[in-house]
Amino acid sequence: MPIELLIVQLLNGLQYGVLLFLLAAGLTLVFGIMNFVNLAHGSLYMMGAYFAAWAYNNPIFGIQNSFLIAAIVGILGSLVLGVVIERLILFSLYDRDHLDQVLATFGLILVFNEVARYIWGPSSYYMEVPEQLSGVINIFGISYPAYRFMIIGVGLAVAAGTFLLIQKTRIGMLIRAGASNATMVGALGVNIKLLNTLLFGLGAALAGVAGLMAGPILSVQPGMGEPILIVTLVVIVTGGIGSIRGAFFAALIVGVIDTIGRVFLPILLASLVEKSLAQAAGPAIASMLIYLLMAAVLAFKPQGLFPVKHG
Amino acid sequence: MTMNWTSPRFYIPAACMLALALIPIYAVFASQPFYVTLFSRIMIFALAVLGLNLILGYGGLVSFGHALYLGVGAYAVGIMSAHGYGNGWAHLGVALVVGVLMAVVIGAVVLRTSGMTFIMITLAFAQMGYFLVVSLKAYGGDDGLSIDSRSAFGIFDINNHTVLYYLILVCLVGVLWLFSRLVESRFGMVLRGVKSNERRMLALGFPTFRYKLAAYVISAQVCVLAGFLLANLTKFASPSYMQWQVSGDLIVMSVLGGMNTLFGPIVGAVSFLVMEEFLSGFKPGWFPAVEEVLNKHWLALVGVFVIAIVLGLRKGIYGSVLGLIERKAGRK
Repeated sequence: MPIELLIVQLLNGLQYGVLLFLLAAGLTLVFGIMNFVNLAHGSLYMMGAYFAAWAYNNPIFGIQNSFLIAAIVGILGSLVLGVVIERLILFSLYDRDHLDQVLATFGLILVFNEVARYIWGPSSYYMEVPEQLSGVINIFGISYPAYRFMIIGVGLAVAAGTFLLIQKTRIGMLIRAGASNATMVGALGVNIKLLNTLLFGLGAALAGVAGLMAGPILSVQPGMGEPILIVTLVVIVTGGIGSIRGAFFAALIVGVIDTIGRVFLPILLASLVEKSLAQAAGPAIASMLIYLLMAAVLAFKPQGLFPVKHG
Repeated sequence: MTMNWTSPRFYIPAACMLALALIPIYAVFASQPFYVTLFSRIMIFALAVLGLNLILGYGGLVSFGHALYLGVGAYAVGIMSAHGYGNGWAHLGVALVVGVLMAVVIGAVVLRTSGMTFIMITLAFAQMGYFLVVSLKAYGGDDGLSIDSRSAFGIFDINNHTVLYYLILVCLVGVLWLFSRLVESRFGMVLRGVKSNERRMLALGFPTFRYKLAAYVISAQVCVLAGFLLANLTKFASPSYMQWQVSGDLIVMSVLGGMNTLFGPIVGAVSFLVMEEFLSGFKPGWFPAVEEVLNKHWLALVGVFVIAIVLGLRKGIYGSVLGLIERKAGRK
C-alpha cells in the first residue's frame, strides 16, 4: 500500500472532517443550549454556498471572481437568513416538543430547496477554485491542492476561535450559563432572547462558512444540504450533544474513517474475496462504517464520546 | 372499550374508510383508473405510519428508522420471487419471521437508549440495512429488483388492481381495529404510562423494557406488512424504500395528522400524499405564470403548509378537528 496515497487520503479525510465540524458546531450549540432540533441547518449551508457562488460569478461593485467578496456575501447572507428565520418562525418553537421542531424545520427544508431551484435552476451551479489557490503545495514529495489545505486551515482556525469564544469571553460565559439554567440567567437581567438569536446567528454563519468552502469542491445544487445534515447529526450524537469539543473530535474521526474506508476497504476486501464481489460490496460497507461507529459508541456510551456535564 | 356510534372518534374514521372503499367505484365512473393505484400507494403508507405511531404517539419512542422494515417486507417478496417461489403466504410468512427476528435484536439494542440517542441509533440501523441491500448486486443492488409477478394467493388473484386495492384496505382497517383494541388494553395503558413517566412505571413493578420491546416489534411488523404490499403494488423492491427520507416522511405524516390519536396518522398520510400528488398537476386556470411556478415548485407549498400546521394546529390535523368537535359537544 503506497504511503503517499494514505497520506493524501488522510488529508482528504481531515478536510471533510473540518467541513463537518463547521456544520456540527452550530448544530450542537443550538441543540445543546437552546434544546432546539434544527433540521434546516443543512439548508443554511446550502444557501451559504449559493450566496457565495452567486457573488463569485457575478460582478459586485464591478468586481468579479473575488473570493473575498464571495466569502463576505456567503457568510453574511447565511447569518442574516439564520437570524431572520429564527425571529420569524423558530423562536416560537423553543418551548415546543422536539417533534414539532423537526416538523417545522422539515417544512423549511422543502421551502429553501424550492427557493434555490427557482432562483438558480435545478442543475448544479459552479464556483471555481480562486486562482491564487488553484495550485498544489508540495510537502515531503507529496503534492496536495492548495485550496484543500486552506479548508483545513480555516476549519482549524474557526474551531480554535469558537472554543475561545465559548470558554474565554463574557458572551461565551453567558451562553454556557444559559445552557445550565436559562431562567436563572434571565432573572439576573440578561436578555436571553437576544442571546439565543446571537447563538443561532453564529451557528448559521458557521454553516455559511462551510457552504462557502464546499462550493468550489462540491457541486452547488438544491438538496445539497440533506446528505451532509445526516452525517452532521451522526457527528454531534457521536461526540455528545452540546459539546463543541465532542463535535470537533467526532467530526475528524467521522471524516477520516469515511474517507479512508471508501478508498481502502474495497482494496482490502479484494485481497480476501473475489474481485467482483469486493468491488460491489466494498463501497457499500464503507458507507456503513460511520453508522457502525455511531451505533457502537451509543451502545456503550449513550451520552456520546464527550458528554456535557450539566450541574 | 365499547363502540360509541355517535362519538367522532368512531364516525370520522368510519366515514373516511367508507370513502376509501368507494374510490375504485368512483374511478370506474370518472374513468380515472389511475386513482386506484394512487390510493393503493397512499393506503400502504397510511398503514406504515399507523404502525410507526404505535411507538411514536403511544410509546413516545421516535424511531427514525422504520423504513428499514418497509424494506424487509419488500425484499422478502423480491428475493423469493427472484428464486422462483411465488406463494404469497410463504412471502408474507418469511417477511414477518425475518421482521420479528430483526426487530427483536435491533429493538433490544436501541431501546437501551432514549431521546435523541434513540432517534439516531434507529437511523443508524436503517442506514446499515440500506447500504446492505445496495451492496447486494445479485439482487439488483443500487438499481433495485423488479418482481415478475405478484405474490400468488391461490384463487384470490391480486394481479387484478381492484382486488389488490381491497386487500390493502382490509389490512388497513384490520390493523386499525386491532390497534384500537390494543391501545385501550392493559398493554396499551402500560405503554402510555411509560411515555408519560417511565420511572414511575418501573417503581410500580412493570418490566417496562419488555413492554417497549413488544410494542417496537408489533410496530415494525405493521411496516413489514406495508413493505410486502408495496412490493406487490409496484412489482419492484428498491433500496429507495429504505432511505432515511422515507423514515422522515413517516414521522412527518404521523405528526401532521395528530400523533396522539389512533386515526391521526392515516389522516396525515392521506393529506400529505394527496397534496404531493395533486399540487404537481394543479391547474386552477388563474395566471399561467403562477400556475407554472406552482407546478414546478409545489414542494415549497407543501413546506409552507407543514409549517403552518405546526404553528397553527398544535395537535395535528385530525387531533385538532377532534378537539374542536369534542369541545363543542361538551358545551351543549
